[in-house]
Amino acid sequence: MQFGIFTVGDVTVDPTTGREPTEHERIKAMVAIALKAEEVGLDVFATGEHHNPPFVPSSPTTMLGYIAARTERLLLSTATTLITTNDPVKIAEDYAMLQHLSDGRVDLMMGRGNTGPVYPWFGKDIRAGIPLAIENYDLLHRLWREDVVDWKGKYRTPLQSFTSTPRPLDGVPPFVWHGSIRSPEIAEQAAYYGDGFFANHIFWPKEHTQRMIALYRQRFAHYGHGSADQAIVGLGGQVFMRRNSQDAVREFRPYFDNAPVYGHGPSLEEFTRETPLTVGSPQQVIDRTLGFREYVGDYQRQLFLMDHAGLPLKTVLGQLDLLGEEVVPVLRKEFDALRPAHVPAAPTHASLVAAAGGAKDSTVHAVDDVTGKTPEGATR
Amino acid sequence: MTRRTLAVVSAGLSQPSSTRLLADQLAAATRDELVRRGSDVELHVVDLREYAHDVVNNMLTGFAPAALREVVDTVTGADGLIAVTPIFSASYNGLFKSFFDVLDSESLVDRPVLIGATGGTARHSLALEHAVRPMFAYLRSVVVPTAVFAAPEDWSDGTADGALRARIRRAAGELTDQIERRPPATGPADPFALTTDFLQMLGRGDGAPVS
Repeated sequence: MQFGIFTVGDVTVDPTTGREPTEHERIKAMVAIALKAEEVGLDVFATGEHHNPPFVPSSPTTMLGYIAARTERLLLSTATTLITTNDPVKIAEDYAMLQHLSDGRVDLMMGRGNTGPVYPWFGKDIRAGIPLAIENYDLLHRLWREDVVDWKGKYRTPLQSFTSTPRPLDGVPPFVWHGSIRSPEIAEQAAYYGDGFFANHIFWPKEHTQRMIALYRQRFAHYGHGSADQAIVGLGGQVFMRRNSQDAVREFRPYFDNAPVYGHGPSLEEFTRETPLTVGSPQQVIDRTLGFREYVGDYQRQLFLMDHAGLPLKTVLGQLDLLGEEVVPVLRKEFDALRPAHVPAAPTHASLVAAAGGAKDSTVHAVDDVTGKTPEGATR
Repeated sequence: MTRRTLAVVSAGLSQPSSTRLLADQLAAATRDELVRRGSDVELHVVDLREYAHDVVNNMLTGFAPAALREVVDTVTGADGLIAVTPIFSASYNGLFKSFFDVLDSESLVDRPVLIGATGGTARHSLALEHAVRPMFAYLRSVVVPTAVFAAPEDWSDGTADGALRARIRRAAGELTDQIERRPPATGPADPFALTTDFLQMLGRGDGAPVS
């Protein structure tokens, strides 16, 4: 099972000091958090993609490429990549490039974003959110699997004899997750392709997650990718820990009360009861997280949201120490012991290459089909 | 015997509340009429006051806390709805509107609804027609023609033969007519139900599932 963190990349005032980090500080903090994730033994770092204040991560592959150069083992991912407003051609190119640079340490999570106004900024219409997610991903899926693509759709100019370069590393496209909170269409999409499905699982009641995962599993089996319990499931989670749970509650409360998403609404106690948010001791986090399995089945990836609502970097790094040293080793052992042998682990580049029958170079060498010449002028 | 559920929503804020009193009288009259015509009636009365914080939290977080969820399911899954609000500043009160704002906008389509209101003076009575009825029209509910407004003088003259009682009986009869025209409700809609399949979404084929 993979464990990691996902970040929204929000610039938020620390409510306990009134201080707001600069964009520069926040961007550097995200990098420091990613490096810490590798240091404490986590498997995955995933960044959000947003194109409006107060969020900084508008250019995920720039950030992930930089992190890739400074890490050895960490798997780099997104939470989420906007499949609606990004050009699927650019996604295909950018993430294939990142895949090469990181030696395969990359996967992606497709999503539709949380902001209506973003659509017109990129020339799209929010009313077509789901159809855009469907059409764009179908093209992306082909661009990574077919060397030469002829394509025509509703939302983008047609492509004729187009080759997206670089071709995926070893001939194997990055693994894709589809993230959604409550759109059954997205669970259906993930199931159709045999891709992973990720339930946000942080701001909403567990019943949402339970229903969406059950639907995804059922449809995954329907489309013939394996049995329902072999579907690839990821969950979010949100925790704040101190050795003494009362200290955790006391320290986190001002951040909770003023948080961008749920602040000034329900109490911390109500929200921890109604959603998977856990504020307490490492043992409480372990117990709560192990409980997720009871309503979604054995799953492959657990990501935690650790750095938001204005929590200072120093606090977040301390949280990652607790997560990496005390929580994840126990969860890893317990989850692995519980998982039956026929339930797969989360796909990695290595496992996908093995499943494809080994690595193959998939470089496309451009040759003019009339003259037989390459762009460089050499005859082949 | 057909089993019918009747949801009664009162947005009265004071306790005791004349809004709740009107809601109870509308509920009793409708129940009696349904029973008289041979139905078995299950009545659920909701005082929105008890869920005021949950309603606000729902607006802020996007989901209904468990207690409110139950109420929402009861209201959206009932055969008929009686909705009663005090009139504040020429319209329904904020709590009443907020509750209907957090429901899925499709969840009361074709639902028989009886609307009622209370106010400090009879001059508020048309707020039912210019504010409450249009809201349910937006939700595509079927609002019965008689809307019942109770002014202070209605309560003081509120004998069994008074004008208010006559309006209540007429409205209850109209709501019963609408309920009886429909098959029994099957409960709230499932927001997670998949209503299409992938090839249909992709615009290929006739939507026949591929296996």
